[in-house]
Amino acid sequence: MTPEQEVELRRRQRSRSRITALLLGLFVVLMFAISMAKMVINQ
Amino acid sequence: MTVIPLTPEQAVPQPLPADWRDLLALTKPRVMSLVVFTGLCGLLAAPGAINPVLGFTAVLCIALGAGAAGALNQWYEADIDALMKRTANRPLPAGRMTRQTALHFGVGLSVFSVVLMGLATNYVAAFWLAVSILFYVLVYTVWLKRRTAQNIVIGGAAGAFPPLIGWAAATGDVTALPVLLFAIIFLWTPPHFWALSLFVRTDYAAAGVPMLPVVAGNAVTRRQILLYTLPMVAAAIAPWAMGLTGWIYGTVAVALNAIFLWLAVAVSINQASEPTAMVPEKRLFKYSILYLFILFGALVADRLVLA
Repeated sequence: MTPEQEVELRRRQRSRSRITALLLGLFVVLMFAISMAKMVINQ
Repeated sequence: MTVIPLTPEQAVPQPLPADWRDLLALTKPRVMSLVVFTGLCGLLAAPGAINPVLGFTAVLCIALGAGAAGALNQWYEADIDALMKRTANRPLPAGRMTRQTALHFGVGLSVFSVVLMGLATNYVAAFWLAVSILFYVLVYTVWLKRRTAQNIVIGGAAGAFPPLIGWAAATGDVTALPVLLFAIIFLWTPPHFWALSLFVRTDYAAAGVPMLPVVAGNAVTRRQILLYTLPMVAAAIAPWAMGLTGWIYGTVAVALNAIFLWLAVAVSINQASEPTAMVPEKRLFKYSILYLFILFGALVADRLVLA
């Protein structure tokens, strides 16, 4: 792997990690909101 | 056993991991917008009120399911995508992603969307979402698309599921109106795609996809566009005629369908063979997209105003 490819690899890994973290955070918020909504409906 | 290390010449270069933008492109975001819109309309047109969080989740699941089906479609069709100008720059044919990545992404997203739909709303909606994904991937992409000119007719059902899924998410069942909404999109798909395939015919021919203009010629395709428009018009007016919607939907549906029919007649009498002279076909294609947005928008307006 050339140094340029190495740099590109790291850049992609960083951006994918950020997107994954963001999506996981949103998923947690969504599951929390769904749980709250279900509790409200079942009351 | 002796392991012989590969020389640099023998080593297969490891592809870079796919960029997230390419993963997003794999979901066909532009196609998804129509799917999301019709799914949302099905959900809003349903009687009763769904909790906003659950409604949002249902639409999100429809979008994710459509994206997953799009990803699996691109995974399977990478070879023919490479042969068509319109699709040659997609992540797989352009070599920006491995097929395995696309497959894993598509399968993972499919399972996730169906499970989330089941947990958040109900299993009727989850069932129809799973059916729509499987139908698009297995029936349309794998089975029909490369084998028959009827690919669009039967495969069109895959794109017709979203309003039915949205309705099922809100009510937990499927009644006459969502079935009619399904029928509208199902019958709308052939005129819509055949109008497009007339002026991109060379692309499909180059890729060996048996679209109707490639197999049966332009004249037959134009006649079929008009023939399929007739039941589509009947299906679009049926919700109003059967008393399932009010005058707002009825008025808009009659006007929109009259224009659609007029444009389809213009296509049927056109004899041009060069794409540059296919003005009626291009007009019908563009109008058909607008038609669906306004028709479903009118359905929701009707429900919100008159309910």
